Amino acid sequence: MLADPTVALTIFVLSLFVGIEVISKVPPLLHTPLMSGANAISGITIVGAILAAGHADRTWSSWLGFAAIVFATVNVVGGFLVTDRMLGMFKRKRDGS
Amino acid sequence: MSEAWLPLAYLVAAVLFILGIRNLSSPRSAPLGNAMAAAGMAIAVIATLLARDVVSYGFVIAGIVVGGAIGTVLALRIQMTAMPQMVALLNGFGGGASGLVASAELLRYVRTDQTPDAVVSVAMVLGALIGTLTFTGSLVAFAKLQELMRGAPITYPLQRSANALMGLGAVALCVLVALEPSETTLYAGLVALAALLGVLLVIPIGGADMPVVISLLNSYSGLAACATGFVLGNSGLVISGSLVGAAGIILTKLMCDAMNRSLTNVLFGAFGQVAAGAVGAAAEGRTVKAYTAEDAAVILSNARHAVVVPGYGLAVAQAQHATRELADALEERGCKVQFAIHPVAGRMPGHMNVLLAEADVPYDKLVEMDQINPQFPETDVTLVLGANDVVNPAARSDTSSPIYGMPILDVDRSRQVMVVKRSLNPGFAGIDNPLFYLDNTMMVFGDAKETVLKIIESLRAL
Repeated sequence: MLADPTVALTIFVLSLFVGIEVISKVPPLLHTPLMSGANAISGITIVGAILAAGHADRTWSSWLGFAAIVFATVNVVGGFLVTDRMLGMFKRKRDGS
Repeated sequence: MSEAWLPLAYLVAAVLFILGIRNLSSPRSAPLGNAMAAAGMAIAVIATLLARDVVSYGFVIAGIVVGGAIGTVLALRIQMTAMPQMVALLNGFGGGASGLVASAELLRYVRTDQTPDAVVSVAMVLGALIGTLTFTGSLVAFAKLQELMRGAPITYPLQRSANALMGLGAVALCVLVALEPSETTLYAGLVALAALLGVLLVIPIGGADMPVVISLLNSYSGLAACATGFVLGNSGLVISGSLVGAAGIILTKLMCDAMNRSLTNVLFGAFGQVAAGAVGAAAEGRTVKAYTAEDAAVILSNARHAVVVPGYGLAVAQAQHATRELADALEERGCKVQFAIHPVAGRMPGHMNVLLAEADVPYDKLVEMDQINPQFPETDVTLVLGANDVVNPAARSDTSSPIYGMPILDVDRSRQVMVVKRSLNPGFAGIDNPLFYLDNTMMVFGDAKETVLKIIESLRAL
């Protein structure tokens, strides 16, 4: 996909800047959900895990890939769900009681 | 079949991640933001499953089912007070996954007798090093926060030299493996050393410094995903990983600034040693004014504007709900109530806000340090619940204090300060707090939750 490593490096550096720009705008109020949400995003490594486990052969690589998928899925599913649970608690006015 | 659409799917996912984080800028749009990021992840996963490279689905589906079940149970069961542990654990899993992918790729190159090019080799060793280190380091942070092991710094002679030596050893192994990827024994050595380093780097760090450690490990897990992106030549991973890396870096810096300490100091200077000199200067003939919960209720009943300063002690005493009831009771009497939140009020960035939101405190009453500080002179009563170092005026004036220069909440400038505390014991850092001896400070000794409940009762009886 990325034949030229300098292209990947360029993407890396530019993404860091985009990240800093976007994340600086998140207020301290939401820093915990930001962290758990970002955490879930870092589970993107699941893509690599699927590729590693998805080869036809049943070798050590596939087993490592399997373990990686379990780890990454815990990260992704747990991260997004818990972030959603937390964000649901932030309310402007009390409704009901 | 051409797969030109695959990188495009990853691009869409990356855009959704960025838009998702951008929506976290306000509590109202934040749930949508989280959903967008989750949708991005779903797109990336489904696209990968459809890719030509994936021909064996057994392992893949089984892994997703097992991981998804564990993740769901964790997310739905976890207590909000335990959120720092949860994030540490999730970080560890993310980092661990990246490390495993790097290993799987290396084994595949070796088995098929291919030699990865230089960039891939470097990324592979970095992914293995950072990923494994994040995994074990996060598990130690988890154990400390969950109190499975002692939270206090664990130190021993020559610790720093030993760590430095092992760090150098890890770098040397990285170079060797990158030059000769087929040497799998060397590679196993690298992974083992990285695992050991993760443990050794986190054990000397104390419980109060965990917000920094968690932020930093968060950053590492992102960088590990990035390295995996370089290994696989996958731009989606590179973009997403660096977003997370940036988030971790920013939060790490914020936490360090909030404690007025450098990252090096947090990571390598066990706090106990710094604070040791300061304890001697405690109470010499100064007296505190102790009051009862009833007295506190009388004073609060006359307040027009009250500020509550919650500290981690409040969460430990499980007093969040009682505190919200007190705020309600005061508001019924026409008093304006706000909550002043110090950046390191909890065990991770923003933790106290989540704990209060869970207790149904509306978020517009949660005020950051910089916004609330100018308001203290106009505040009738400031109620300090389980906070200590973050309200210590010595940080402003006493150059010899170990926390001198740390930004604090200027509660001493309000007309009346009320401190609810178990005893006069110094706080986590072992530093005496002159706030307790001020003329406008009244101490109410007791458990935070019981005291707050007593104040509410007395208020209602008035």
